[in-house]
Amino acid sequence: MSASDVAGPIPPPAGLPTPATSLTAESATRRERAAALIQRTGAFVVLIVVTLLGAIAFGPKFANVNNFLNIIEASSFLALVAIGMTFVIIGGGIDLSGGSILALAAVLTAFAAQSGESLAALLLPLLVGGAIGLANGLLISRGRMAPFIVTLAALLFARGLAFAVADNGNTVYIIARDLWFVQLGQGSLLGIRWPIWIAGAAFLIGWIVLERTRYGLAVSAIGGSEEASRLMGLPISRVKIAIYTVSALLATLAGILVAARSSSGLSTIGVGLELQAIAAVVIGGTLLTGGSGSMMGTLAGVLLLGVIDNLINQVGTLSEYVQFVVSGAFLLIVVVVQTLLTREQRR
Amino acid sequence: MQLTPSTASVPGPAVSAPVLEVEGVSKRFGGVLALDDVSMDLHAGQVHALVGENGAGKSTLIKVMTGVYQPDTGEVRFQGVPTRFARPRDAQLAGISTIYQEINLVPQLSVARNLFLGREPTNRLGLVDFDRMRAGAIRMMERYGVSVDVRRPLQEMSLGAQQTVAIARAVAEQHRVLIMDEPTSSLEPSEVERLFAAIGMLRSEGVSLIYVSHRLDEIFRICDSVTVLRDGRRVHHGPVRELTRLSLIGLMLGREIAESSRITGFGDEGDVAGGEVLLEARGLARRHVLEDVDVTVHRGEVMGLAGLLGSGRSSTAKAIYGAQPIDAGSVTIGGQTVAPGSVRAAIRAGIALIPEDRKAEGIVPGLSVRDNITLGILPSLSRFGILAGKAQDAVADDLIDRLHIKASSRDQKVSELSGGNQQKVLLARMLAMAPRLLILDDPTRGIDVGAKAEIQALVSELAARGLSVVLISSDLEEVVEGSHALVVLRDGAVVGSLQAGEVSAERVVELIAAAAIAAAIDEVPEALGTDDPTNGGEPA
Amino acid sequence: MTELVAAQARRSRIEWREWLRENGVYVGIVVLVIVNVLLSPSFLSERSLRLQVVQVVPVAIVSLGMAVVIGTRGIDISVGSVMAIAAATMAAFLGYGPIPAIIAAIVACIVIGLINGGLVAFVGIQPIVATLGMLVAGRGIALVIANGKLTEIFDPMLTNLGTAAFMGIPVVVLITIALAVAVSIIVGRTTFGRHVLATGGNPVASALSGVPAKRTLVAVYVLSATLAAIAGILATARVKAADPSYLGSLIELSAITAVVVGGTPLSGGRVRVAGTIAGALLLQLITATLIRNNLSDSTSRMVAALIILGAVYLQRDKGNT
Repeated sequence: MSASDVAGPIPPPAGLPTPATSLTAESATRRERAAALIQRTGAFVVLIVVTLLGAIAFGPKFANVNNFLNIIEASSFLALVAIGMTFVIIGGGIDLSGGSILALAAVLTAFAAQSGESLAALLLPLLVGGAIGLANGLLISRGRMAPFIVTLAALLFARGLAFAVADNGNTVYIIARDLWFVQLGQGSLLGIRWPIWIAGAAFLIGWIVLERTRYGLAVSAIGGSEEASRLMGLPISRVKIAIYTVSALLATLAGILVAARSSSGLSTIGVGLELQAIAAVVIGGTLLTGGSGSMMGTLAGVLLLGVIDNLINQVGTLSEYVQFVVSGAFLLIVVVVQTLLTREQRR
Repeated sequence: MQLTPSTASVPGPAVSAPVLEVEGVSKRFGGVLALDDVSMDLHAGQVHALVGENGAGKSTLIKVMTGVYQPDTGEVRFQGVPTRFARPRDAQLAGISTIYQEINLVPQLSVARNLFLGREPTNRLGLVDFDRMRAGAIRMMERYGVSVDVRRPLQEMSLGAQQTVAIARAVAEQHRVLIMDEPTSSLEPSEVERLFAAIGMLRSEGVSLIYVSHRLDEIFRICDSVTVLRDGRRVHHGPVRELTRLSLIGLMLGREIAESSRITGFGDEGDVAGGEVLLEARGLARRHVLEDVDVTVHRGEVMGLAGLLGSGRSSTAKAIYGAQPIDAGSVTIGGQTVAPGSVRAAIRAGIALIPEDRKAEGIVPGLSVRDNITLGILPSLSRFGILAGKAQDAVADDLIDRLHIKASSRDQKVSELSGGNQQKVLLARMLAMAPRLLILDDPTRGIDVGAKAEIQALVSELAARGLSVVLISSDLEEVVEGSHALVVLRDGAVVGSLQAGEVSAERVVELIAAAAIAAAIDEVPEALGTDDPTNGGEPA
Repeated sequence: MTELVAAQARRSRIEWREWLRENGVYVGIVVLVIVNVLLSPSFLSERSLRLQVVQVVPVAIVSLGMAVVIGTRGIDISVGSVMAIAAATMAAFLGYGPIPAIIAAIVACIVIGLINGGLVAFVGIQPIVATLGMLVAGRGIALVIANGKLTEIFDPMLTNLGTAAFMGIPVVVLITIALAVAVSIIVGRTTFGRHVLATGGNPVASALSGVPAKRTLVAVYVLSATLAAIAGILATARVKAADPSYLGSLIELSAITAVVVGGTPLSGGRVRVAGTIAGALLLQLITATLIRNNLSDSTSRMVAALIILGAVYLQRDKGNT
């Protein structure tokens, strides 16, 4: 700051180096920033508040390490689907096929496990799930069809295939316990079950890919403005195909873990899981209009749904179905608040 | 094909071969010839203005150059090579950037990410190196004298800063041609200066610019040469310094100043101004759009809103109709205040508006001619919510007949009609509402000559029967000949009004030019002020 | 010359697609009926036909509402949960008699429709999200009302409603036909119907012409919820039990499929009522055909998936030309 220029009692605006600073022109007001902040961190704050309230209300019955680990483990399957969904939604799309693909993967895992080969039990579902995801991506990007409809068809198709493999649900394949991959569902490392490790690793990788790689940046750019991204030379089709393929593969992985954990493949599981995943992503602060969102928000959203579920069970007197009401109402409240906040930011 | 060196008349700063040439390009849409044998060329380091009124063909020409449209005849040569860009992206990759009014970047992403999207620097692990990206982004922005927090989302930046990002990105990608479409339309004056400095820098680096604007003072300040389009034809091509403000306005509006003193077709016998006041709009204001606009319309009067494109004429119309939010101001009809910002309130008060963009804001393409005509009055044609088909048919048939709408039947889909007939359907829709005031925003744009004449005659007839009309047109002749009185707008403010008997094209052109010159003079001290480092503040 | 031929070929291809888009659903029905008759003439027996039409009732009624919502460029995926709420509410109020119970069920669902519509029209939430929240919450509300239990229904009037026939035609089918005619009239002959089509066809133009867009949207979601409620009541009456856990589950998918297959474009501005009913019938026939030929329910789902894709693919071309 050149003090010699500042004569007189007027506070010194001249400390700023060039006239260009008058153009710095960040039109964001404090209110807008606050709105953006709530959107980014709101889910974590609510998660902490709800957990604390639960701890106060139920004491150690709720607030103990084992219960927390149970919550996390129970959430890990949803978490995998939600990670894929985060990419899908940030990329401006939607994927309704997650729950069905999970069921299909579980059935295929158990089916292939009849061969006695762990590798087959892993590869068959990944192959089929990946193919469905690839088809989704191709139809959406190259076929320019609405993601909502394409993945709706995939939902029906995958569920139908799962039923077909399971002989219309009449056959439940039981997985032999001596296959090593069963450990993925039932074993633990350092006292923590494998699904938790796997979901945790998936979050970490998902976060790095979304935040720190060119691919992740391209996903949010395409969700923000597909037209602008195309003009800036991004390979839109390739990115979209990858988004839907990865989403399907993560749902497949969740299905494999469910099968390994329950030693069986049921074709009826996972109904509506994709909707829970969407709810978790949205509660985590990712905008359904695409373009922005966060992996850590999704983590908070998934855990929040798990904690609410657990708390409702703690109450005991409450009907367990209140859980649906609470998550549905939660989703709507979050979306309404988000919409109002976004309006605030755009004003 | 023989190449005629039409470039000889344009001594750009560079003597090299033109970077971009357009040769005899025509483009037809249905019955409308949007471009008729248009040629222009652009040299390295040249700033070339492209001007013309609404529908003159500016945007079609730009779209032909950037691969959005393919020319019917003629060719585009880029760096001497005949080129046909199949898609906008091909033009972009070849090195032609378009910087639109709505800037083609991703608003949610940070400035740095927008600058580097698709070519982010990475470290050895393949992860994006944000430190290097940020440093690079700060350097790029500072070159243009803008210092912002490059980590913040683009949408939080002022439009000027956003534009700088778009320009910086184009330059970083080694683009040789930048097309700027109305770049200053929503900038603060200081940001305009910043943009002009950036343009100067680009020019010195040999980048060529096509500058689309209707702000004449800007064209005279920064452009080397100019192409004027009117009705799809090139009416002028040459250095800017050969023109005066008055002659340029004359070229755009299609009036040689000498012959333009034609008086309104109404003559001055009917002294409607003495009659009862119907509409009083007072102090209409909206930041960056309208500035304290007053409009008064008497019963049976046609009030023209004159001004160049972007002068606020459409915004004024929409503000009166409640379709443009306003920060201040009031609208009264026959002494009754109309609730601001509500189209339905305006309609109830007896105001009807035919919007400028027929496709996007006017017709409902999937519905029949009849349903489109009666869309605004359905409740009055029904009993307990059930439509009275016969009453609906009667209204539709009457208007189809009176307005000579050419449709195979009233059940034909409106999207199958020609532009002129679609416009008549909209006119019919508004007339069916039995309005007291009819606002027509460029009612004859893009329709053929016959339909144009019919619509003009119809408006006169309606006014003669006592309907009050607010008329806007991109064709000055049409407003002048069709209006009793005129309000002249520039930059969202009224710069003059002409009463019955004073209305002439010459007067309108004079008023606009005078205001433009006054604005140009105003800018000189302001420009000096920002260059002076000791002057921290800005003149109020 | 060759260009001319090519242009003609292209035009006839476009016209052919246009025709298929409009009438494909009817062709499909005819083909399936012929196939079934050839495979087993007993298909045309009264019992078999009655089974087909009775089974299609809930999907058909829900699809009617869905078609109108889609006509405004919206979507309502909460319909299955709304059916469950209707069933649970009706069971809960059955103590006051069947008529009050039915009224209570419909009123409860109208409230749900108002919330859906309010969220879409006034808050500006995307229809799929607003109704997704209601899908999740609605199922829970139904379960809470019914305390999670399946309630058997012994009311003679309701049982009658589910099983009675008039001149050989089941009452539920007659009600479906009446509702289809009513929706057809609403869409085709009322102010509201025109406002729906205009709002879906060009929202900006409609607003500038004074169409009450927000009110129309709210009404559309209320209509959809009301029809879902009726579907829920009829389905409950037919099986003589209110099943809040499974009633209407995934019906939104069948309904959307029926609407799309029936030729109503997802881009709004158009509602094809007859096509929608035909679409629902086609889905039912596909399932029936596959099951009769010892192909499973699962295969029929996969076939339905491919049919949705085909129908939407045909519609897609319309958007591009």
